[in-house]
Amino acid sequence: MRGLLALAAVVALAPLALANNYHYEIAILVGLNAIVCVGLNLLIGYAGQVSLGHAGFFGIGAYGSAILAARYGWPPLASLAAATAAAALLAWIVGRPILRLRGHYLAMATLGLGIIISIVVTTEDRYTGGPDGMSVPPLALAGFTLAGERAWYWLVGLLLVATVWLSLNLIDSPVGRALRALHGSEVAAEVAGIDSARHKLLAFVLSAAIAALAGALTAHYAGFITPGKVSFLHSIELVVMVVFGGMASTFGAVVGAAVLTALPQLLTVFKEYEMVVFGGVMMLTMIFMPKGLVPTLAALAGRRR
Amino acid sequence: MSAELAQFLLSGLTVGAIYALVALGFCIIYNASHVINFAQGEFVMIGGMATASLLGAGLPLAFAALGAVALAALVGMALARFAVQPARGASVVTLIIITIGAAILLRGLASIVWDKRIHALPAFSGDQPINVAGATLAPQSLWVIGVTALAVAALWGFFNRTLTGKAILAVSHNRLAAQLVGISVQRVLLVSFALSAALGALAGILIGPITFTSWDVGLLLGLKGFAAAILGGMGSGPGAVVGGLTLGLLESLGAGYLSSAYKDAIAFIVMLAVLMLMPGGLLGGRATERV
Repeated sequence: MRGLLALAAVVALAPLALANNYHYEIAILVGLNAIVCVGLNLLIGYAGQVSLGHAGFFGIGAYGSAILAARYGWPPLASLAAATAAAALLAWIVGRPILRLRGHYLAMATLGLGIIISIVVTTEDRYTGGPDGMSVPPLALAGFTLAGERAWYWLVGLLLVATVWLSLNLIDSPVGRALRALHGSEVAAEVAGIDSARHKLLAFVLSAAIAALAGALTAHYAGFITPGKVSFLHSIELVVMVVFGGMASTFGAVVGAAVLTALPQLLTVFKEYEMVVFGGVMMLTMIFMPKGLVPTLAALAGRRR
Repeated sequence: MSAELAQFLLSGLTVGAIYALVALGFCIIYNASHVINFAQGEFVMIGGMATASLLGAGLPLAFAALGAVALAALVGMALARFAVQPARGASVVTLIIITIGAAILLRGLASIVWDKRIHALPAFSGDQPINVAGATLAPQSLWVIGVTALAVAALWGFFNRTLTGKAILAVSHNRLAAQLVGISVQRVLLVSFALSAALGALAGILIGPITFTSWDVGLLLGLKGFAAAILGGMGSGPGAVVGGLTLGLLESLGAGYLSSAYKDAIAFIVMLAVLMLMPGGLLGGRATERV
């Protein structure tokens, strides 16, 4: 509970440090990515199931909501809800056969799924605008349009705190304990009477729905969406955020999202060396801090005491 | 056989041979270390790009190709020594991220050391097409299929006839037992990374005259080689070859008769279907897990 209050305080006080719209924009992107990562962490960190295709669900949320709102004139809130439900449904249908696989095989299956979604998005240009992307109408309800960096900041901040609260509660519930038991040993969990298939599917569907919701919000916020957000590399970025911050640590996921969303903005000073530095940072953190930033720091602090 | 079908089969076999080489690379590293090397496609890129730049420096093709293969093998060994070995025993997702980080790093380096332009390698023996059953066959396709066949035969010999090859097989079957009979697991890791990097580079050189090469070709080729490895059965050498050729044929026939727009999706649809219906692949054994 202390952590949640601290996060709420950070969200509430951060505007004091945000000087201009560009800062707000980065804060909003950090918040949206953090929401995805908190959801993905339930799957990777707690249930121990690797997904290399979550940009696909993010993309279904983003493009689904954008297409329904822009091409079919749906009110944005309805399109957002429908796209999120569609991603959850797809995750539920595909999750059943896929989640029987373990380790590398599961990673590959989700990778394949993500790439297929991204190819569909790039190819069906009548709906999605193809590689050029498409513009997305702003979020509006009953004539009131959500516009401006500040309004978006508070919406995203509120949603982030809500997602973290949900995640912390879930982890402390019997379902959360079941998920952690699965991570430890699937066989042992089954012997203890846990329905492993059902719990893995729950974590998968929940993380997909959260990714889709954040995707739809990202699209409506930016007013534009390109296939880059659905690509394999974006899936990787999301996983790296979770693992960098620390698996099985909800706040680690938030920290990971913050660092890795801000990092590319800082890395632009390296110009053509940007990719080299990014790849290098990925490798070094995984080699020397395989547990991730937050758990490693927590262990260090614990040793000091 | 209609000329159209013959054409699709020929181009499918050509691309399939390339997928087979990449899949073999995955397979060798997976067997030796249980790491899925996401940087495998970058070796293909290094092969093509290094050959192009050495040719540009005035070297004859054979030497340029040798140099490129040697460079890729060195990069492979560096990857094993400085990235995979220090992370021994890390979780699946950690190792996946390390090799993806390496792939991004290599791609970034390639765009700096070389450039971001698209390069075409010259065909090894002219562009005069050969007529086969009404279809046209580029001489380069014969090079691709022929050299791949030679490489597969050489690999078979290496794993069945030489002590180093047998040591790699021993480690892949049982690490601890292999160590107990005096096999250096570290050396096996280095050799298998060098070998699969060399195979990847070879694929990049062979396909260079047909599909061109640039700093970012590695990602898609790597992922498709990976789909081929799954189709054949992860960790099975003959499976990688069969999987590569099958995937090449499916892709070529699918693009010809179904939808050319979804050509790139075929590999991943096949991979997903295989994983859902028969995770062992075409030639892989049934996976059992010790508790």
